[in-house]
Amino acid sequence: MFESLLVANRGEIARRIIRTASGMGLRTIAVHSEADADLPFVRAADDAVLLGPPPPAESYLDAQRVLEAAARCGASAIHPGYGFLAESATFAQAVIDAGLVWVGPSPDAIDAMGDKVKARNRMSAAGVPVAAGTEEPVQDVDAALAAAATIGYPLMVKAAAGGGGIGMGVARDDAELRAAFETATSRAQRFFANPAILLERYIEGARHVEVQVLGLADGHVVALGERDCSVQRRHQKVAEETPSPGVTPALRARMLEGAVRAAEAVGYRNAGTVECLVDPVTQDYVFLEMNTRLQVEHPVTELVTGVDLVQEQLLIAAGDPPAADLDAVEPTGHAVELRVYAEDPRRFLPSPGHIDVWDEPAGEGVRVDSGYAAGNTVTPFYDPLLAKLCTWGPDRDVALDRARAAVAAFRIEGLKTNLPFFAELLADPAFAGGDYDTGLIDRMRR
Amino acid sequence: MAEEVRAEMVANVWKVVVTAGDTVADGDTLVILESMKMEIPVLAESAGTVQELRVNEGDVVQEGDVIAVIG
Repeated sequence: MFESLLVANRGEIARRIIRTASGMGLRTIAVHSEADADLPFVRAADDAVLLGPPPPAESYLDAQRVLEAAARCGASAIHPGYGFLAESATFAQAVIDAGLVWVGPSPDAIDAMGDKVKARNRMSAAGVPVAAGTEEPVQDVDAALAAAATIGYPLMVKAAAGGGGIGMGVARDDAELRAAFETATSRAQRFFANPAILLERYIEGARHVEVQVLGLADGHVVALGERDCSVQRRHQKVAEETPSPGVTPALRARMLEGAVRAAEAVGYRNAGTVECLVDPVTQDYVFLEMNTRLQVEHPVTELVTGVDLVQEQLLIAAGDPPAADLDAVEPTGHAVELRVYAEDPRRFLPSPGHIDVWDEPAGEGVRVDSGYAAGNTVTPFYDPLLAKLCTWGPDRDVALDRARAAVAAFRIEGLKTNLPFFAELLADPAFAGGDYDTGLIDRMRR
Repeated sequence: MAEEVRAEMVANVWKVVVTAGDTVADGDTLVILESMKMEIPVLAESAGTVQELRVNEGDVVQEGDVIAVIG
């Protein structure tokens, strides 16, 4: 095992990675922007380096500054977390070229999965089911209309290089496609510096279900169950749970096997997530994309498996065998995650501000991964995630009851949060009954 | 009567769409703010002329700050 770890991220995920790394005896190094100097993750690390001003391009996205910080502190490895530089094959290569250990998949695997069009084609060739869609990037609106005539409506319009739901839109006819194409192109150019667009058949009433995989140091890939991420607003996840109430044991077995095949097709090492859409009526699934990094919602998998995914990531990166017998892992019970965002609970608009009161719930089966504390200021520069409130129970009903109690007990004052929305969600008959899809929040807000 | 258009939240000014002197209709986008990785268009709530534009691209606005005056 290497001696020290620089975490090239911020907020809750930086703090969560530092927790495991410290427990393994590693010296930890945080990097931060001027806006984040007082956050708990900076204090949790053994050393901290200021990267620069608040805008991500001048701090967390500036690969050169991160590498300089690593050199200055004598870091032996870099964990990128999620977002920022986590899925940059160029950054991963630069880390390796600097003689450091990269805690993640190879630059080639990141590259193979980073372009959604290429990834789809590659998965299809490997025998993993994909939705009907375009096999080449769509360059202009006329090409999009022509492709739509072949694939058929409804369609999902996405940025080929995209992520985080940014620029995604559903089109049900030519007029909607024109509008969705224009939005997707401009967002793709702005956020991903690549205007390429992908069209895929949109499955009405689908659930968004993903599989956690780990490519081990010896080349063997294991799948650690699925997560249902169908509770979404603006195509972004708000709550997740495992196991998925919409996946039968037979479908689960097929999805896990498909996810292992997907990872093996690109020689995958380290933690990754294979995202799929599930049609609850036909019990078919299709590959959407692979996230080549630790996922935000990884705690629910940890709660039902007892596996520390960050520890396994660090062991894999060091070339060491896993801490747990991963082939023998049998998930136990049920876990949910609620993403506590700084946003109003009605329209879900951002609500940065000062945190006057921060009082986390605790108790049996409750886990809180938080990025903030009382006295901190939540700035408009980064995503609105304040904390991940997770609960575990021996079955789904107990996990949800614990979530209801934890939501009621979580006190955050000084800014608006979506905690009141979670009280609503947990009381919603469709959610409570497990019978929901990605349209749930839109229906609740209609 | 002049209408003051204010920021609903702390945000960065990503794009200024109109310039002082422009004629705008009710619902036209005046500027686009960005906060927490989300774009938030600020709309005119009445038709008129942009009498004043008080922000520039790259500015940070606080909740309640006047962005534009429409008259």
